[in-house]
Amino acid sequence: MANKPLLPEMMKTHGVSRRAFLKYCASLTSLMALSPAMVPRVAKALESAPRPSVIWLSFQECTGCTESITRSHSPTIEDLIFNSVSLDYHHTLQAASGHAAEAAREQAMKDNYGKYLLVVDGSIPIKDPGYSCIAGISNLDMLKETAAGAAAIVSVGTCAAYGGVGHANPNPTGAVAVSEIITDKPIINVPGCPPIPVVMTGVLAHFLTFGIPELDALGRPKAFFGESIHDRCYRRPFYDKGKFAESFDDEGARGGWCLYKLGCKGPTTHSACATVKWNNGVSFPIEAGHPCLGCTEPDFWDNGGFYKPLSVPSGDYRKMGLAAIVGGAAIGTASALLSKAGKAKAVKAHETVNAHDLEKSS
Amino acid sequence: MDCNHPSAKKPSATADVLSFVATGNASPVLHEVKHALIQLLKTGAESVIDLGAIPFAPGDDRVLNEILGIGEVHATLTVMGESHVRETAIPGVWCVDHLDENGEYQSRFIEVTYMPNILKTQREDAERGLETLAERLGALDDRR
Repeated sequence: MANKPLLPEMMKTHGVSRRAFLKYCASLTSLMALSPAMVPRVAKALESAPRPSVIWLSFQECTGCTESITRSHSPTIEDLIFNSVSLDYHHTLQAASGHAAEAAREQAMKDNYGKYLLVVDGSIPIKDPGYSCIAGISNLDMLKETAAGAAAIVSVGTCAAYGGVGHANPNPTGAVAVSEIITDKPIINVPGCPPIPVVMTGVLAHFLTFGIPELDALGRPKAFFGESIHDRCYRRPFYDKGKFAESFDDEGARGGWCLYKLGCKGPTTHSACATVKWNNGVSFPIEAGHPCLGCTEPDFWDNGGFYKPLSVPSGDYRKMGLAAIVGGAAIGTASALLSKAGKAKAVKAHETVNAHDLEKSS
Repeated sequence: MDCNHPSAKKPSATADVLSFVATGNASPVLHEVKHALIQLLKTGAESVIDLGAIPFAPGDDRVLNEILGIGEVHATLTVMGESHVRETAIPGVWCVDHLDENGEYQSRFIEVTYMPNILKTQREDAERGLETLAERLGALDDRR
């Protein structure tokens, strides 16, 4: 696969014009939050980038991430970009199975040791590694073995990035994220349940063109996860004016008002959903009238009810608040009880507010 | 920018309501355009402003459209979906909108230039064109 033609030849074969390529590069540069002045550099890098071998491992997952990336819309140029890497192992997509498939993985590792890109979706069970195996090899062993020769790792989806649904309380399999096992390789987290297809291809394109992108504290590329959904939401002006839908069929819902009171996690969720959108740029959950679930954030499954406003403490937060009251303790003391400073901070930030408070402060 | 172009999807009733919502970012963008135009005239330096890089609501588009207006040139490119390249009523200021095959916006730019690069025939395409023409002429000769 290493001898596959480079992008210019593939474009020629597929009848894709240079102008179409430049259009793609312009949109990709915008998507990567790079200056438009970088378009020629992006084009040049994509044309001349060597095609790295990619090994894609799927562990405890629902295949939603693979579904998502394969349903990337088809200007065929995106397929070309994806084809411009050499996808040497992906057990859902490849024709080979069983030992033949594992032989392909081992061969790709041997041929490209130290240079290949490892993509992982799904969490890894560590309570009993036997909970999830491929060809008799536990996820834990396969990850360690394959990561050893990788140049970098991309954790695709919230399960690989932060544990996801497998990690949700009570976490019966002891599911953990890739970064909790592999600590000596660069890891790019591309969370989402699933991630936006074009964000996945965009991260791969960034890796091809300029290497590892700039990451935030949670290991996410800042280009795609640097801003909250709330900051980019077209309903934000309603939030600023304190106009909220109170139910899914009231005047506010029909008028497109802010969904904050219906549980929208947009203010605490970092993702490109509001700008890149889904289904070929058609819409995103908030535009469809549903609050954001916060799926790109760690432990979003356990962050209280999907339909509870952020201002209402819930789950552990609620218990913590009760403990503080019973003990007559201050918030700081309660946070020590929980031994998780982040949760205390969240509680402090989640003071109950109403529309009138917001109007006064806006 | 060119929200009313027939190939773009029609705005919904909700979009009509929202078309008056503005973030207030149109004014600074227009000032940026003014500075870019001064640079173009002084030094020939071209500028591109990515409208996807700043929060922009439909109301901001209205302001932008009102101030920049519609100029003399409007080209439609059919490359993996349509692209609309429109000179505004301020010569030297172009709106470049890239749509996908479903008519959804991929990216939107304001280019301050004498001629947007995407309009020009690219050298690689011209080389391919030469090959195609030679093949067709060869086929024509064979038919004779």
